[in-house]
Amino acid sequence: MAEPSMLPPASGHDKLMIGQSAAGIYLAHAVLILGVVIVAFPIYYTFVASTHTLQTILRPPLPLVPGSEAVANYSEALFGGIGRIGGVGVGTLLFNSTVTALGIALGKIVISILSAYAIVFYRFPLRMTFFWLIFITLMLPVEVRILPTYKVMVDLGLIDTYAGLIVPLIASATATLLFRQFFLTIPGELVEAARVDGAGPWKFFKDILLPLSRTNIAALFVILFIYGWTQYLWPLLVTNRNDMNTIVIALRKMISFADADTEWHLVMVTAILAILPPILVVVLMQRWFVRGLIETEK
Amino acid sequence: MATVDLKDVRKTYPSGVEAVKGVSIAIHDKALCVLVGPSGCGKSTLLRMIAGLEAITDGAIAIEGKVVNAIGPAERDIAMVFQNYALYPHMSVYDNMAYGLRNRGTPRDEIDRRVRATAKTLELDHLLKRQPRELSGGQRQRVAMGRAIVRNPKVFLFDEPLSNLDAKLRGQMRVEIKNLQRALGVTSVYVTHDQLEAMTLADVLVVMNAGVVEQIGAPLDVYERPETTFVASFIGAPPMNLLPVAALPSSITSAAPAGAATLGFRPEDGTFSDHSEQSQLSLAAEVEGVEPVGAESFLYCRHADNRLILRASGRTTVEPGARLAVTIAPEKMHWFDGEGKRLS
Repeated sequence: MAEPSMLPPASGHDKLMIGQSAAGIYLAHAVLILGVVIVAFPIYYTFVASTHTLQTILRPPLPLVPGSEAVANYSEALFGGIGRIGGVGVGTLLFNSTVTALGIALGKIVISILSAYAIVFYRFPLRMTFFWLIFITLMLPVEVRILPTYKVMVDLGLIDTYAGLIVPLIASATATLLFRQFFLTIPGELVEAARVDGAGPWKFFKDILLPLSRTNIAALFVILFIYGWTQYLWPLLVTNRNDMNTIVIALRKMISFADADTEWHLVMVTAILAILPPILVVVLMQRWFVRGLIETEK
Repeated sequence: MATVDLKDVRKTYPSGVEAVKGVSIAIHDKALCVLVGPSGCGKSTLLRMIAGLEAITDGAIAIEGKVVNAIGPAERDIAMVFQNYALYPHMSVYDNMAYGLRNRGTPRDEIDRRVRATAKTLELDHLLKRQPRELSGGQRQRVAMGRAIVRNPKVFLFDEPLSNLDAKLRGQMRVEIKNLQRALGVTSVYVTHDQLEAMTLADVLVVMNAGVVEQIGAPLDVYERPETTFVASFIGAPPMNLLPVAALPSSITSAAPAGAATLGFRPEDGTFSDHSEQSQLSLAAEVEGVEPVGAESFLYCRHADNRLILRASGRTTVEPGARLAVTIAPEKMHWFDGEGKRLS
């Protein structure tokens, strides 16, 4: 009797794939484990270093197990302030980076989804010209237009402000392109059904387009948050005051090449704290992120 | 009394293509009007103009006597069933049906009552919480119907709603649509390229070709008295046999009215017998193929250079290669002039 309950589970994760041998599986795992070790060990070592005193770090070899100074080091970095960057605490740096990364990610999403909406669903003069203008900016990353952008920021008095950190990085051709491609896959009939149902442009956007784009938005948010978090060149230029630095810039400033007085234990603490938020974003949004990349809900 | 009146409606696209070249149709209240024609004949464009999804280049469309040319689709009080259903993929069946009502500001309890009543009619009540992707093709079709019905509009518009279903389901839904339309008494316009669907559904059949109306009438009237050779060959399966007068024996053409260029007769109207019984009034035909479909068989024959199809009821003993004498009763003959227009 071929009862449905007696059939093997539909999911094949616990089964060998066709043509796969047990030795192949062990080999694959060995390669993967080796990869994980190579990637994870430096991070673990950084963490170990962040739990020792400066003296232990400076006297090789560095132990392979965490030390006893974790609480002292972390509280000193977070609340005490770090001397080399003018006594600013890591808490302030984390806040600056979070504001910048969130601002860039959300700003880019809002701007690009609106411009993609206009380009795909509206017929207006010079529509394609605008599309190509946006497209061309793909070839002009911040580094290329850095001098004029800097001049504009100085003239607008936006040096050492969050706006100065965020705004020049917001306009994004990639995100606009991504939303445009997604919107183009939405069948015309759906748009017409909404019109017959009495949904105007705003209602269509809010009730239909936005919910359908949510996985795309989530995937884009993860990518853009990390993009914003890891920005280096632009924040370096546009911030002078220590308390406006992002954590990535501050990390660089903490290290001195001329003097031997780099507080390595605090540098390590800052490095660990700097990686945590992006990891958190990826872990929390992983499900959405993967769905947004592989699946279109239609 | 929701009537739909089209007066000399035209559609010219910016590219210069004339999709609809002056169509006038008067659809009376509660009627189911079917627009049928080959692809590219302008039937869908016409429907979309009635819906308000496509601008009208010239002419007037009136619903309930009120010209709606300048009114948007939402204010025309129409509901449309799309070919691919166009259900909102992220909404439940309930929300799909309720969305149009919510946009109209219908009170919440009123929406709930109407959605549930409609779902019951369409046997969708157990599916209200499902999402469209969890439904079968037939169920999606029903939800699309429900979304139209729940609004209680003046006019239903159907854009080839059954073309994505398999043959069996299509037949079943065809009957359901017809019954539902009768029961609700809502004036409807239905577009299809399937002549069988058109024949069985229509109160009024509109045959279109190349942007113009070829014929308007009750389905059987159109079948029995096609006004043009196009209608003759489009309506009916298999189509009407059309033979050039020049190829016919003089004994048959002597009955033709002046100016006749083409003789038409339905496959079931040609009686045939063995070649030896060839008489003055018959056509000689050679059988090239036999297609038995059960209750009837179709004989694919050749007369001179022209092909013709004959219908035999039940099984037939005729085999390919046989020579037949085909006789057509004079009253079953359709004569068309050189431009394909019906004579007499």
